Amino acid sequence: MTNGNSLDPWYDSYAQRTAGLSASEVRALFAVASRPEVVSLAGGMPYVSALPRELVTGSIDRVMAEDSAMALQYGGGQGLRSLREHIVDVMSLEGIRASAEDVVVTTGSQHALDLVTRLFIDPGDVVLAESPSYVGAIGVFRSYQAETVHVTTDEHGLVPEALREAIANLRTQGKRIKFLYTIPNFHNPAGVTMSRERRIEVLDICRSNGILVLEDNPYGLLWFDEPAPQAIRSIDDEGVVYLGSFSKTLAPGFRVGWALAPHAIREKLVLANESAVLAPNSFGQYVVNAYLDAADWQGQVDTFRGIYAERRDAMMGALGEFLPDLSWTRPDGGFFVWLTLPESLDSKGMLPRAVKELVAYTPGTAFYADGRGGGNIRLSFCYPTPEQIRVGVKRLATVINDELELIETFGHATRPSAVSESRSTVVAPPPNVS
Amino acid sequence: MAELTRRHVVVVAGGISHERDVSLRSGRRVADSLTGYGWQVDLRDADASLLPALRESRPDVVWPALHGASGEDGALRGVLEALDIPFVGSRSTSARLAWDKPTASALVARAGVRTPRSVTLSHDVFRELGAVGVLEAIAVEHPVPLAVKPARGGSAQGVTLVEDLADLPRAMVSAYTYCDDVVVEQLIRGTELAVGIIDTGDGPVALSSVEIVPKHGTYGFEARYNAGETTFFTPARLSSEFAQAAADAAVAAHRALGLRHLSRVDLIVDGAGTPWFLEANVLPGLTETSLVPQALSASGFDLGWTYAELAEQAIRDHGN
Repeated sequence: MTNGNSLDPWYDSYAQRTAGLSASEVRALFAVASRPEVVSLAGGMPYVSALPRELVTGSIDRVMAEDSAMALQYGGGQGLRSLREHIVDVMSLEGIRASAEDVVVTTGSQHALDLVTRLFIDPGDVVLAESPSYVGAIGVFRSYQAETVHVTTDEHGLVPEALREAIANLRTQGKRIKFLYTIPNFHNPAGVTMSRERRIEVLDICRSNGILVLEDNPYGLLWFDEPAPQAIRSIDDEGVVYLGSFSKTLAPGFRVGWALAPHAIREKLVLANESAVLAPNSFGQYVVNAYLDAADWQGQVDTFRGIYAERRDAMMGALGEFLPDLSWTRPDGGFFVWLTLPESLDSKGMLPRAVKELVAYTPGTAFYADGRGGGNIRLSFCYPTPEQIRVGVKRLATVINDELELIETFGHATRPSAVSESRSTVVAPPPNVS
Repeated sequence: MAELTRRHVVVVAGGISHERDVSLRSGRRVADSLTGYGWQVDLRDADASLLPALRESRPDVVWPALHGASGEDGALRGVLEALDIPFVGSRSTSARLAWDKPTASALVARAGVRTPRSVTLSHDVFRELGAVGVLEAIAVEHPVPLAVKPARGGSAQGVTLVEDLADLPRAMVSAYTYCDDVVVEQLIRGTELAVGIIDTGDGPVALSSVEIVPKHGTYGFEARYNAGETTFFTPARLSSEFAQAAADAAVAAHRALGLRHLSRVDLIVDGAGTPWFLEANVLPGLTETSLVPQALSASGFDLGWTYAELAEQAIRDHGN
C-alpha cells in the first residue's frame, strides 16, 4: 500500500492563526519586479540612494570609535535612552509632547504594530481600520485572529459618521472592539490625509466609546507643499498609541521604529519587546542615534521631500496623460496613489498581463481583509525615477486598455465577488521589491 | 554509482516571465544539488550579462532551469545551439513543439496516445466572429466539464476548470491574460499523474509515477508550491497494468515530441485505465515541492548524481 506524502509532516500541527499563511500566485508574479526591464510601481521601498553614504559611514565610524562595546552588545528592552530623546524631538515636529520614558524602541514600527496587537487582541476581537488599509497591518491583525472591519474613507480620511455606524453595528452584534488603526498622513495605500477636524472628531468618537486609537505615522514628515495636520497623539496622550519609524526619513535597513504609549501600555510593551527579541537592535540604534546627533537630518528629510514631490508630480502628469478617463487620489505627501479602475476590471486578475507588459503594481485586494479592492490599484512613486514612472504608467495604460478590449469582446465583467478566491493572505509584494 | 568528472556548469534561472519565481527556486535546487556533488556551479539569471559570461567562461555545460516562455519555448536553447555550448534538455525545435499545447497534443495523438478533444482559439477570433456565437459553437461540440488553459504556459497559471457554461467567458478572460491563444478541452476525470522521464543515453525511461491529490480544489499554483496543500502518492495507486500503460504513454509522448534527457508528462488515467495526455514539459519543476524530484527519489535516484549524469549526457550528445 502506497502512503501519501504531503511534503509537510507538520501540516496538521500548525496553529490556527497561521491559516491562510501561504505563498500565492500573485505574490510569485512580483518576482519579476526586481528585473531592471520591469518598471515597478508596486513596492514601497524608499529611495535610499538619496542618502549620502558618508553620513552613514561617518555615523558607523563614530559608534565604533566611541560606543562599540555597548553597540555590539544586548541593550535594554526599552531602547537606547539618548535615541528616545531624539525621537521625542522628532515627534515634536508634529505637535507631540512626550517624555522619553514613554517611548519604546522597536525593530521597525512593523514590530511595534505587532506588539500592540499582541497586547490587546484575543481571537475574535475587532480592529477597526480605514477602507482600504495597510497590508502589513491586515496581516498582523489576522495573525492574531482579529476580525478587521473596514470603515469608509474619502479624500479627507476616515469618515466619522461611518465610524459611528460601524461601532454601533458591532456593539449590537456583541462584538468587542479593541482599537482603531489609522494612518492619518499620506495614507498607505490611499494617499489621502485626515483633516484636522476629522482627527478631533474621530478621537472624540473613540474616546466616548472606550476605543483605543493606534496611530501609525511613517510618512508624516514627508509632506510636499505644506505640513500635515498635527498628529492625533498631539490632541490626546491617554487614548492614543503612536507608532513612528526612521524607515522613510532615514533608511529601512536599520530597522528602528518606535511606539509612544501611555505609561501602563508602555510598561507592557517593554516586557513584550523583551519577550520577542530580548532587546531591539543595539547597533542600529546607536548608528541612528549618532546620525541624529551629528547630521543635518532635517535637511536630509527636506531632500527626500523634494525627490518624492517631483515623483508625485511625474505620477500625476503620467496618469493625466495616459489614463485621463480614470480617477485617482492626489497625495500631498508620502509614496502612494490609489487608482480606481473601470467597473469591469479586476486588478488582481490583470496582473499577469501587466507582467507581460513589464510593469508591476499592487492590486487593491491586498489592502482589504474582506476580499474587496479588485477595482483599485496602489501605485508607488517613491522608488522609480520620474522617467520610469512615465514609462510605467504608459505601460499600465496598455494593460488596462487591452484588458478592457478583452472584456468588451466577451461582454462580461471579470471582477469576482467580494470573497477572496485564494486562501492565501500574502498578496502584496515583499517589502524589498521596488 | 560511478563518480563523475568535476565539471563547470552554469545553471540559468529566473528570466522575465510569469514563472520567474518558480524558475529561481528550481535553479537554486539544481545548483545546490550539483554543488553538493562537488561541481563548480554558477547560477545566473537570463539577462544581458548571460551570453557574455558564457562566451568568456565557456562552461562544460549549461543547465537551463528557466521556466516560462524563453526557457521552454526553445528560444534560449536555440541561442545555446548557436553558441555551440552543450546544454541539458530538449533541443530548441522539440521544445517549441512541446511548449505549444495544441501542437504537442496533435503530435502525441498521432503516436497513438489518447488526448482530450479540444479547440484552440485566438483572441482575434472572438473579436471577428463575436464572442456569443463562438462560445455557443464551442458549447455544442465541447460540453462541460471543460478545462480552459493558455495554449502556452506552465505552473497551472490561467487554468480554470469549468463545470457551468456561464463560467466559460470568465475562464477565457483569465486564460487570455497569460496568452493570446487559449485551449478549451474536454475535462477527463480520473487519476491525475505526473510521469518523469529521464534519458542518460540508454533511451527514455519512465520514473515512478506520482499521483496528485490536492487537499482543496484543483492542483493550481498554490497547491503546487505550498508544502502540505497536496498529497502525493509515489508510485501512483494504480494496478500494475494501468501503471504500465501510463508509463508507456508517457514514454511514447516523450519520443513523439523528440524530447531529450529530461521531461515530465502529465496524464489523467480514467476509470478504464486509459491514459490521456495533457501536456509535456521539457523543463519540469525542480523545486522542493515539485514532482520530478519526488519521482527521482522514489525511484532510488540521488538528485545531485542524476542532475550531473544528465549534464554528462548533454556533453556526450553535443554535436550529435
